[in-house]
Amino acid sequence: MNLPPNNAAIEFDHASFRLNGRPLLQDLVLSVNKGETLVLLGRSGSGKTTSLKLINRLLLPTEGAVRVNGRSTADWDPIQLRRSIGYVIQDGGLFPHFTVERNIALVPKIENWPAPRIDARIRELLTTVGLKPDLLSRYPSQLSGGQRQRVGVARALAADPPILILDEAFGALDPITRSEMQKEFRALQQRMKKTVIFVTHDLREALLLADRIALMEDGRLIVDLPVSEFKRSQEPLVRAYMEAFSGSPDPQPSGIGQTQSKESP
Amino acid sequence: MNFLQFMMANRQQVLELTLEHITLAGVATLIAALIGIPLGILITRVPQLSKPILGGANIIQTIPSLALFGFLLPAPWIGERGSRLAILALALYALMPLIRNTYAGIQSVDPAVVEAGRAMGLTDRQLLFQVELPLASGVIVAGVRIATVLSIGLATIAAAIGAGGLGEFIFRGLAMVNNQVILAGAVPAALLALIADFALGRLERRLGSLRARS
Repeated sequence: MNLPPNNAAIEFDHASFRLNGRPLLQDLVLSVNKGETLVLLGRSGSGKTTSLKLINRLLLPTEGAVRVNGRSTADWDPIQLRRSIGYVIQDGGLFPHFTVERNIALVPKIENWPAPRIDARIRELLTTVGLKPDLLSRYPSQLSGGQRQRVGVARALAADPPILILDEAFGALDPITRSEMQKEFRALQQRMKKTVIFVTHDLREALLLADRIALMEDGRLIVDLPVSEFKRSQEPLVRAYMEAFSGSPDPQPSGIGQTQSKESP
Repeated sequence: MNFLQFMMANRQQVLELTLEHITLAGVATLIAALIGIPLGILITRVPQLSKPILGGANIIQTIPSLALFGFLLPAPWIGERGSRLAILALALYALMPLIRNTYAGIQSVDPAVVEAGRAMGLTDRQLLFQVELPLASGVIVAGVRIATVLSIGLATIAAAIGAGGLGEFIFRGLAMVNNQVILAGAVPAALLALIADFALGRLERRLGSLRARS
């Protein structure tokens, strides 16, 4: 077995996960380099969310290991591990009884940051995710879907974690907001250079955001390729995806110099 | 002498017995809450215990109240004073709604919200106090409300073992075959129950709106 290269932030080392004997993930071997954006692409039930939960130890692999920064998640203190990984889920997963401000401040607060530092960080994050300060005192139910998702991203980024994992993060948004968020997120990522694992079932989203795409099906990894090679792959399942999405306009996935977002640096 | 005249003539005693009644029901509900809410939390954490604990509380509720007073009578210290005995018995009855509602309230918190909290790196304790309990508080207060109203009603029977309270009038009235005297106990007891129900109902709705914000 290869020695883990130094720049791997996350490695799945023959990781499997079984629930009541049913295999949800089988023998996954995959590594994500620091600063890289990997998209886990697949249908529901393909094992992509399970893989994600193995990274922040919401689940432990039943066989094999998952290493974060070279250390197996089983050896990490789960609380420390999770606080170093930002997590974004569909519709934000915000606390309904917290204001936007408290939601964003959650991790800095439990990490005992001093109040002025938290305040400054919140202001900074609002600009980063494109939210107006007058939203801070609102509750999640008083926001639009897009605003909730932005708050979700801000919350995940709050304590500046080196790793960010997103599970169908933009899945609940209308197409226009969704496309906006994808572009902004890509611009953001090009600036932040975090290690990002993004789960989606949407090929267009994958092509737009990814450096590398890992395609999963039935709990197995089918291919793991850089975007340009992925598009040329002759793998039948890849072809099936490309065809299923071919009716849509080309999302220009090569991605260089395409940061027409309002807040590009 | 009509009912109101009787109440005025005996207002001193009505007041005393009402206060006694509030103490009996209040202390019993408080004790039940101090035991029942933690038990309700416990069985969300250790699901294997949920059946025995909920079952046990359920069985207690099926024991007729007079019989329960009788069973507890020989207990040392408790049995010495009617009020102690009454408070213990009322607390046992009030346990069930508190355990059940605490359990149901926490179980009904959106699992996605709990998982998000866990994924953010909240400890179990932070998750409980910052997320689960606040979001369950409406349902828990509904349990407190049921327990309180139940205790106020049952506390009238406590007079049978000399614990005092508004039941005194009721039992006395029964013995005297005098409706005025019975009403002098029954009406204030019913009013107490209605007031408690109303006040806790308002609190419940306010806390319930925490969840509705989602």
